[in-house]
Amino acid sequence: MRAALEAKRRHADVALISKVHPVRSHSVAAQGGINAPLGQSDTWESHAYDTVKGSDYLGDQDAIEALSREAAQAVVDLENMGVAFYRGPDGRLAPRNFGGASTARTYFVGAITGHAILHVMYEQLLRAGVKIYEEWFVTSLVNEGGFTAGLVAQELLTGRFHPIQAKAIILCTGGCGRVYEPSTNALICTGDGMSLAWRAGAPLMDMEMVQYHPTTLPSNGALMTEGARGDGAYLRNALGDRFMSKYAPNKLELASRDVVSRAEQVEIDEGRGVDDGLGAKSCVYLDCTHLPREFILERLGEIYEIARQFANVDITTQPVPVRPGMHYMMGGIKTNVDGRTRVPGLYAAGECACVSVHGGNRLGANSLLDTVIFGRRAGAHAAEFARQVEFRPLSEGAVLDSERRAQEVLGRPANGDSIAKVRMELGQTMHQYAGVWRDGKGLNTALSRIYSLKERYQRAPVQDKGKVFNTNLVFHWELGYMLDNAEAILVSAIHRTESRGAHYRTDCPERDDQSWLKHIVLDYRPGAAPGIQYAPVTITRWKPEKRVY
Amino acid sequence: MQVTYLVKRLNPERERSPRFEQFSLEVGEYDSVLDGLIKVREELDGSLALRCSCRAAICGSCAMRVNGEPRLMCKTRVRDVAEDGQVKVEPIGNLPVLKDLVVDMGPFWEKVRAVKPWLEPPPEKPEREYLAPNEAMREVVGALACVMCGACVSNCTVWEVDPNFLGPAALAKAHRFVADPRNSDNAERLKQLGEYTGIWDCTHCFYCVQACPKDVAPMERILALRREAIAHGYTNHNGVRHSDSFAQSVKQSGSLNEGRLAVESQGYLNLPALLGLLPVGLRALRAGKMPSPFHHKRPGAAHVKRIFEKVEGPRS
Repeated sequence: MRAALEAKRRHADVALISKVHPVRSHSVAAQGGINAPLGQSDTWESHAYDTVKGSDYLGDQDAIEALSREAAQAVVDLENMGVAFYRGPDGRLAPRNFGGASTARTYFVGAITGHAILHVMYEQLLRAGVKIYEEWFVTSLVNEGGFTAGLVAQELLTGRFHPIQAKAIILCTGGCGRVYEPSTNALICTGDGMSLAWRAGAPLMDMEMVQYHPTTLPSNGALMTEGARGDGAYLRNALGDRFMSKYAPNKLELASRDVVSRAEQVEIDEGRGVDDGLGAKSCVYLDCTHLPREFILERLGEIYEIARQFANVDITTQPVPVRPGMHYMMGGIKTNVDGRTRVPGLYAAGECACVSVHGGNRLGANSLLDTVIFGRRAGAHAAEFARQVEFRPLSEGAVLDSERRAQEVLGRPANGDSIAKVRMELGQTMHQYAGVWRDGKGLNTALSRIYSLKERYQRAPVQDKGKVFNTNLVFHWELGYMLDNAEAILVSAIHRTESRGAHYRTDCPERDDQSWLKHIVLDYRPGAAPGIQYAPVTITRWKPEKRVY
Repeated sequence: MQVTYLVKRLNPERERSPRFEQFSLEVGEYDSVLDGLIKVREELDGSLALRCSCRAAICGSCAMRVNGEPRLMCKTRVRDVAEDGQVKVEPIGNLPVLKDLVVDMGPFWEKVRAVKPWLEPPPEKPEREYLAPNEAMREVVGALACVMCGACVSNCTVWEVDPNFLGPAALAKAHRFVADPRNSDNAERLKQLGEYTGIWDCTHCFYCVQACPKDVAPMERILALRREAIAHGYTNHNGVRHSDSFAQSVKQSGSLNEGRLAVESQGYLNLPALLGLLPVGLRALRAGKMPSPFHHKRPGAAHVKRIFEKVEGPRS
């Protein structure tokens, strides 16, 4: 929405297409806040350094500089548009602490920061008069002569397929969390944009970098914001110890997410885990009980509610069992700092894109920032691009192709299999073999399973044969996208024979800057394994060093 | 535990009126009603249509009625609502059903768009952020916590009889801007909100407060908008006269003088409107429901008056 707004402000003719109503998009669930070096003693260099270090030196420093230099203005812009950030006694914006940051620079609205920002973005779209196609599902991107020509989308209400011509397309389609089971992500996070772009000729980068968030609920994978630890909560093992002192003696609970998640997993694996309520000791405690009740309700109200609902725990009086859970894709569609992909006219921004500012591990509260900074930049550049080029013809064949695919799927006979079964096996496989710990053998096992799931996908029937609001058919499209994402994650993870950021290989546990200070870039090849290439990491001023928290 | 879901279904391609379909399934101790619906969709009937996404009560997709009450399905535990092992799920009310549990949210968003749903800050921009007290921001956050799910609209008794009513969600959204110290056009907004379909049409039935899954309490915000409107001098309105007459009557006599209320709400000098009341009066007379023209003080009226005086405080 930030991209659409920027393009509209620059007088482009803009439409927004979304498979759900815009305020249902998953940014709504971002809790903790958004980073900006707004404090008096803070600097953009400090924020940039923290981000580089958090990325385990895989982030491109030119992109990170853009992120940090523009962050303060971006957060002020959001405030000016109406985001109700919390204030200090002087009426000015007041930040909270967050993981991996050398000072408090996370600006927030309770534990609903994403919700507060997303709704303001929607308000601004209404104000600007951007045309919105809501509940339209994109089934393909179309190129003509190597340029973006438009796309084909299915209108869910009627089931009809429509061609939409466009000089430029900006993909802001979020991550692919549902490729994992469990995940903190919403059911709509199925990696649609990454697969669409990949198949349209734009490569994917850093796909092996999958973030596990340290504090998720065992019952349904729901997120407990890092803001809890930022506001002073502890992590404890079954012995009651604040175990982070062993793993990150300086930052403790506020080390970067990959470090905290691994530490938790070690505690759990070595038998110091606590009961998850499902019959296993697969958790550690998130303990807020030493914080004043009023303070928790004011600043962490949303997770107070979530823990009460989904774990039956009152966090003001009891510690809540949490464990690492799949949360975010650092990797995505390779773009430059203006959101451009390899395909002229095709742009990407936000979680579906890989600029790369997050490298091997994203810092908390840098994702909302990523969306507004690179959304704005992509919107600006795409508007300029659209001014300079002509429309490309969008062939009728593209629509017919989607219609034919839908017909074929709807006509499949029952065979005992289902979209849901294939998806569940996909998610469990990824969680088991491509989670906090990985090794070459397991990753290869997972990849061969993904290929057999791809075959099952080609035959799996859908039960709903109708046209109106056929969500069953939507799940079919989504599963295809998810399988592409899973393949890209596994191929990259197998290829990177070192440990860096969120990618930890038990069979190669050291970081290897000699061989691997570079991005893995994957090309889609129809009917064949992905083509593997490399891209250098851009280093401007921060040389790689050992990472200690 | 074993439960039976009774799900209201409508396939617009095949049938004109809805029907209930029964599904038996096993759910976990902490499972939400949504978990059960997803299980139905994935294991029993893939054609069941519903909206859902975040599973954490923040995206606002899954408002439906369970055993008659509008709620977010992801935030409602089966064991808290099952009656004799049965869970009845229907689409939310007051909006047209498109298919099964999916409703047309078009009328809902139309109302939101009608309240100018964005902040109108003062023209001179500050160098950085607008200065604002944190308490005021906290008040605003109470309103913006709305997830636009439509549960309040499902329960709205005014929307039910007059679909033109802006409704609880849009008016709560309007309050979010009026309560924001950074907003600069409150006078204009309050004037518009005071017109037909706006803040004075709410009958304070409390159903929206009961339905809201995010404790936004839309009705309280509508009442706050009324106070703001009066404070801005928008007092020439039936709603204002109605509430003044209501309060005066109870203060003076200890009970409501219904006859006087009807007349005073229109205003004694508003002859056309008063004539318009005649048929209502005649019908009431025929039905034996005409309030007595002699309104007597109730025993203890003096006590009621003292309560009023205490609450109102010393008049300046």
